[in-house]
Amino acid sequence: MSGAARLPKLLALLAGDAQADRAVPPTGFTARLTVFTAAAMAFLAVFALALSLATGRLAERWGDELARTSTLRISSPAEQMAIQTEAALRVLSTTPGIAEARALTSQEQRDLLSPWFGPELPVELLQVPALIEIVEDADGYDAIGLRARLAAEVPGAVLDDHTRWRRPLIEAAGRLRLMGNVSLLLIAGATAAMITLAAQAALAANAQVIQVLRLVGARDVYIARAFVRRFTLRALTGAAVGTVAGLLGVFLLPSADAAGGFLTGLGFQGWGWLLPLVIPVIAAAIAFVATRQAALRTLNRQS
Amino acid sequence: MIELRNVAYTYGGAELFSDVSLQMAPGSFQFLTGPSGAGKTTLMKLCYGALTATTGDVQIFGQDARDLDRDAVALARRRVGVVHQDCQFLDHLSLAENVALPLTAAGRANEAAGNLDDLLAWVGLSAQARQLPPSLSGGERQRAALARAVIMSPDVILADEPTGNVDWEMSQRLLTLLVELNRMGKAVFVCTHDLNLIRAAKSQVPARVLRLRDRRLQAAGAEL
Repeated sequence: MSGAARLPKLLALLAGDAQADRAVPPTGFTARLTVFTAAAMAFLAVFALALSLATGRLAERWGDELARTSTLRISSPAEQMAIQTEAALRVLSTTPGIAEARALTSQEQRDLLSPWFGPELPVELLQVPALIEIVEDADGYDAIGLRARLAAEVPGAVLDDHTRWRRPLIEAAGRLRLMGNVSLLLIAGATAAMITLAAQAALAANAQVIQVLRLVGARDVYIARAFVRRFTLRALTGAAVGTVAGLLGVFLLPSADAAGGFLTGLGFQGWGWLLPLVIPVIAAAIAFVATRQAALRTLNRQS
Repeated sequence: MIELRNVAYTYGGAELFSDVSLQMAPGSFQFLTGPSGAGKTTLMKLCYGALTATTGDVQIFGQDARDLDRDAVALARRRVGVVHQDCQFLDHLSLAENVALPLTAAGRANEAAGNLDDLLAWVGLSAQARQLPPSLSGGERQRAALARAVIMSPDVILADEPTGNVDWEMSQRLLTLLVELNRMGKAVFVCTHDLNLIRAAKSQVPARVLRLRDRRLQAAGAEL
């Protein structure tokens, strides 16, 4: 059956039949188990989703921004620093493929060092190298040729095109994203397994009810529907509660700032805040499929 | 409507009965007697597809019972009203909801509104409509089971010891209900040990009496 054909059935199921629902007595522990499982799994799913989105953003940023930037570090005696910096900027301004090159100000250098040395660092008194940020144009520049020119004209300059450390960082971000996605799949699988167990327990506890319903001419699909609707709604309710709790938890995380590093950026941005709203719907869909399969299998065995 | 031809049923390697032939025609009224354990309830279950015969043919409304899938069995059961000795109610539903359960299960709950009140009045249970089954007496439960069995206006009514838990007066009321149904053209088949019930019925309708004994189905003797 196609997804479009299933939708009216799913909506009819959720709308329900009050008379049919009453045929199956409400069962205590399976109801609580389903609601709790759905809530806990939805809570975890919100964090896994946040991790997946945050690492995705990170990989994208590192991939896009760092791939187009390089750093030129100039180490020289203090009295030579300004001259060498000027010379380096001249070389860079005449190098094809470089869109922009600028020396970092003292304040920017202080900002870079402040996580390690504190905000009151007197950069001017320290022998720190000058840094030039290079932004490539779309074609990029010839790093080997530039290094050769710099070696001749600016002896204290070292070109770092970020390749060495950019690749493992992007790989790490990609792995984290993969782990986030795998976690989402595992959460979905665990939810399906727990709801299947709860549904099977409910069916076993209601063997007498099933016998009576069969005696009066109820078809298997009618009996299954009574269980399926109940478990679907329980999963939807539990997952909605878990999602709201998870969103609140993410919202209350420390905000991302320059000092916090990327871990504090674990959260949602813009339309990303809407994405967790599909978690209860997916949980309900998982419960629908898991309970239906469990019910029809159990009814098949009991015939 | 329901016909058994040379049917045998074996349970746990032991033959419960064999060579049983039986026909439930419209308007027929039959009693089945026999000692406990002879297989009366089993024979009745073969008639509504709850069990499958080991050998022989069981025809339910013109279809071979072996060819019926579970959906087809469910649909066939809507044409067969069954009254069990233990009644088999859903204890969390009211008496009225239990009686209406066949309509609910058939997706015809809206038909229950008018018919249900009349039916409960007919079996004398209007006042108990909202009570739960555990609070009902044995007679009330038996009458409620009979009401549930007939609410779909079935063609056949199968009753297994319907008067097993009630006094003589109540058994006469139940018999009267069965006779009324039979006069409406329903086939009635009753398994019972109650010989007085059989005699009382024969004074009202031309009932046939069968006996299941020594693994065979035979016509009962002249004393019945």
